[in-house]
Amino acid sequence: MSSLVTRVRLQQIEKLIKKAKRLDGRALSDYREIEIEQGIIEKAEGSARILLGKTEVLVGVKVETGTPFPDTPNDGVMTVNAELVPLASPNFEPGPPDENSIELARIVDRGIRESHAIDTEKLCIESGKKVFVVFVDIYVLNHDGNLIDASALAAVSALLNTKMPNYEVKDGEVIIKQGYTPLPMKSRPITVTLGKISDKLIVDPWLEEEQVIDSRLTMAFNDEGNICAIQKGGSGYFTQQQILEGMKMAQEKAAEMRKKMKW
Amino acid sequence: MNEKPEKLINKKGLRLDGRKPDELRPVKIVVGILSNADGSAYIEHGKNKILAAAFGPREMHPKHLSLPDRMVLRCRYHMAPFSVGERKSPAPSRREIELSKVIRESLEPSVFVEYYPRTGVDVFIEVLQADGGTRCASITAASLALADAGIPMRDLVVACAAGKVEDTVVLDLFDTEDKLGSADVPVALMPNLNVVTLLQMDGILKPEEFEKAVDMAIAGCRDIYPLQKEALRTKYMLIEQEEEVEE
Repeated sequence: MSSLVTRVRLQQIEKLIKKAKRLDGRALSDYREIEIEQGIIEKAEGSARILLGKTEVLVGVKVETGTPFPDTPNDGVMTVNAELVPLASPNFEPGPPDENSIELARIVDRGIRESHAIDTEKLCIESGKKVFVVFVDIYVLNHDGNLIDASALAAVSALLNTKMPNYEVKDGEVIIKQGYTPLPMKSRPITVTLGKISDKLIVDPWLEEEQVIDSRLTMAFNDEGNICAIQKGGSGYFTQQQILEGMKMAQEKAAEMRKKMKW
Repeated sequence: MNEKPEKLINKKGLRLDGRKPDELRPVKIVVGILSNADGSAYIEHGKNKILAAAFGPREMHPKHLSLPDRMVLRCRYHMAPFSVGERKSPAPSRREIELSKVIRESLEPSVFVEYYPRTGVDVFIEVLQADGGTRCASITAASLALADAGIPMRDLVVACAAGKVEDTVVLDLFDTEDKLGSADVPVALMPNLNVVTLLQMDGILKPEEFEKAVDMAIAGCRDIYPLQKEALRTKYMLIEQEEEVEE
């Protein structure tokens, strides 16, 4: 996922970060400006658009009826899919999802699933036969770095905005009635991604920084501040010390973000 | 479907398979068992049975994917249809695609990729039987396959998971614990450089439990490492012995 940036500029980014500074003037632990707008797609049961700096992600949630998995007959189903839409970056190409979009979807999925964000038991219509299926579709509209945090925040925002159709069951048939109820939510996970450049950890790397970092560490936290998902990425490594340091940094950041969100 | 067991850890503090919380499953590793691969390894980690093979450095196909200043490492993690309880479709699942990526990224830091520009190395991993912790056992075997192929490396990569089962942090979860437990933390380590090249987690852990799990997983990696080295050495000891006999 690289784009063309001159080597001089990448060296400049690295040099500055060694001095705990960043090209765009942020501190190492600063997020870019965040703007979230909910409910902008009327045809979707839930939606949210996020602007994280210039990174723009739209998440739409569709709720339909389907069959539960045999090992969890009383639970509704949630699936997350991510599309790196070709208009978002010169490096995105049309076609089936590649490993980057699959990884993105699975990281967001893990944060929501493991924190039990959706109360899936309340999505059961008829045990073992019919449940609600929640489709979370991540649409990346402009790629300017840190798609993971942008997508995760937008996904949770969209879920909090989701309305489920009212229904009744008649002779085993689900009949949709007028009106909506909000999607039952139990937790609001916050996902924080750190990049590592020359042994320094930075929060929310943007596109050019992503080309300098040798690895990233993503952590999701639930309402209680416990960790619910982690993913290391990139072809570098972390020392044990850096992992613990990163965890504290991400934890503080997540708490800070939680206050900022109007959830 | 198997019945759900009542307790994952009994009154004596032992797990379903009789292990202590910080005890590994038995590990058996053989290096160089595939004659067509440039390097290969087979690992039995508990009931996991996994084959890994490395090919290369060789010309890249398709050619345009090659890089002018380094070799490209590619990795495919794949599960056999019969490796799990219910038949798994042989088509690569999203999970397998993600795991292929994270396994590649866990091996990459160990390889001197700049030594062979414009070439590619392929690592193929086939899970013949899965019983929890396959990504870790795959990394342990794949790293040996690379070493066996003679690819210059900084260190071997060895992996092991820790997790949480009924409020206890435990090492090396097997399938049932993985499914019914509350968290899983796979870790890959380069033991001599003492750096972590794979770290994932799912489930819920308090920060202090996470610290403990990472500690435990790293200790597990350090316990597997000697077996890994021994397996590599054994292959060449056998070759030496054969040559002596011929003389």
